[in-house]
Amino acid sequence: MYRYDEFDHAFVQARVAEFRDQVERRLSGELTEDQFKPLRLMNGVYLQLHAYMLRIAIPYGSLTARQMRRLAHIARTYDKGYGHFTTRQNLQFHWPKLTDIPRVLEELAEVEMHAIQTSGNCIRNVTADHFAGAAADEVADPRPYAEILRQWSSLHPEFSYLPRKFKIAVTGAERDRAAIEVHDIGLHLKKNEEGALGFAVFVGGGLGRTPMVAKKIRDFLPEQDLLSYVTAILRVYNLNGRRDNKYKARIKILVHETGTGELTAQVEKEFAALKESELKLPDADIRAIETYFAPPKLKPRPEGDAAVSKVVKADPGFADWLRRNAHTHRNPDYASVTVSLKGIGEVPGDATDVQMDAIADLAERYGNDEIRVSHEQNLILPHVARADLPAVHAKLVEIGLATSNAGLITDIIACPGLDYCALANARSIPVAQEISQRFATQARQDEIGDLQIKISGCINACGHHHVGHIGILGVEKKGTELYQVTLGGSAREGSTIGEIIGRGFAPEEITDAVETIVDTYLAKRENRDETFLEAYRRLGPAPFKEALYGHEAKAA
Amino acid sequence: MKIVAANRLTDGETVWLGAGDRWVDTIDAAHVARDAEDEARIAAAGSAALAANIVIDVTLVDVDIAEGRILPKRLRERIRAGGPSIHPEIGKQARNAAQHAA
Repeated sequence: MYRYDEFDHAFVQARVAEFRDQVERRLSGELTEDQFKPLRLMNGVYLQLHAYMLRIAIPYGSLTARQMRRLAHIARTYDKGYGHFTTRQNLQFHWPKLTDIPRVLEELAEVEMHAIQTSGNCIRNVTADHFAGAAADEVADPRPYAEILRQWSSLHPEFSYLPRKFKIAVTGAERDRAAIEVHDIGLHLKKNEEGALGFAVFVGGGLGRTPMVAKKIRDFLPEQDLLSYVTAILRVYNLNGRRDNKYKARIKILVHETGTGELTAQVEKEFAALKESELKLPDADIRAIETYFAPPKLKPRPEGDAAVSKVVKADPGFADWLRRNAHTHRNPDYASVTVSLKGIGEVPGDATDVQMDAIADLAERYGNDEIRVSHEQNLILPHVARADLPAVHAKLVEIGLATSNAGLITDIIACPGLDYCALANARSIPVAQEISQRFATQARQDEIGDLQIKISGCINACGHHHVGHIGILGVEKKGTELYQVTLGGSAREGSTIGEIIGRGFAPEEITDAVETIVDTYLAKRENRDETFLEAYRRLGPAPFKEALYGHEAKAA
Repeated sequence: MKIVAANRLTDGETVWLGAGDRWVDTIDAAHVARDAEDEARIAAAGSAALAANIVIDVTLVDVDIAEGRILPKRLRERIRAGGPSIHPEIGKQARNAAQHAA
């Protein structure tokens, strides 16, 4: 894990002191709300329906046990005993008092955390593959580069007032688990034929009102040019991105309106001027940051297979969990564990203070003191000895977090929606809960196989509905909630935006509609190995439309 | 018919303008404006409270009276009055037994 140096500590503490002063001036009336609002947003403080909301940055989703315990403590002391992990690998508290927030930020600073740049038109938290540094299929760990980008982008004077927010994601494996093609910049860390590290660079992806898949503008950018090239992209965007209409201000619109070829030429021209500047990363600096992310010294634990197979025979629940929630680690004695925050009928992404403390205990005892937040709103223990999996599973059962559904139909992404969010038009969470309950049994989920449902409560698409295999968008129509369904989206490599399948569904109809879609897939798939997404790509929307709306056409 | 909703500056709690232009933390105690003149008056009172740094995000909310209770027309405002529909144990709905959205 990256550790703050003296500069980082001083920087974050100064920012906390500054915000404390700003809050005091607001409470005394010296600052109006119009004056204060941009200041609070720069510190992650939003106003939602019921209260303020504090969004805390979790750089590339990495946490230590100590940090997780501090989040649990804040949930218990200053909030209502729970927190919500988000699709940007962050954590939101939904009930903090403004008067408490400076103290909360102080407590976060003590464990090297903050809420800077979790809002506003700046470069937001840089996200990464949640299995970084552990996955067997990884070329190199993307986190050192995410950390370099974090340091470079923190309070970057040139990029603090961009036309709109800006999100960067990094992956170090061919299998894209970081949804890089739906980010403003997506970086795919890879090696060239000579074995040197660099990036394929994607630009202009994004969801929201105008969903777009990013365009690849560089097949291989040497690692030392990372900051020069990203700066070049941001300069072109900062100069030419639209500021006349917030709905057309993201870089995806600039890429679309300029054309990929012309935009690439502009970026390359800027890059040529910057390439040999002070932005060029010295090899020593990259390697120095890498040392913070050095692979953990994992002890040989060859007894894992025997221990696991014994419990698999005795405990079908463990066998299910092992099959779905343990991911292949580069060290065959180890696994990366997905701790599902998607218990059947629970709120996707929520964890209580007790659960957070228990996860911290598990990370310390069995997990090399590392925890990750996935953009799929689960928690990850990246380095667990296979021999310890039964003990970890037993503890997760105890705290209600052992649901064996990673990647299955009940592993649903959902934004907070109208239950909390001032921007939402419809609720997301109750829809996720009802679908989860409908498909609750393990056998049914296993029969369906890999299937991602993603739900947003408004067009801003925090729930990534455009890239759900089944996407659900809540809208308000004539004062009531209505849910539009898209099919065929994917956030993996070769991302696709889902297609709207037809008229929307009332709240009491939406789960039935999902079931109809799933039943159609089960009836039409070639075999069990053909996933929902593969079947949809082969079949197209017609059979699903027929199943959902055919009777209406006949009636008409 | 309209009422004025806002969030209290200090803690963000949802509040409504009640009798005597006091801010109340249950929608049942909100003052209902039944004509244009009263609507303008409560809107002005809301703006004054915003300027006085008592509340933020002041909005006029359309309501009906149903079975003697104030019921916002929009689901958004009904959820705001009760609390998250997914957590009946949290928020005003737990404290006040306020009429719930769902």
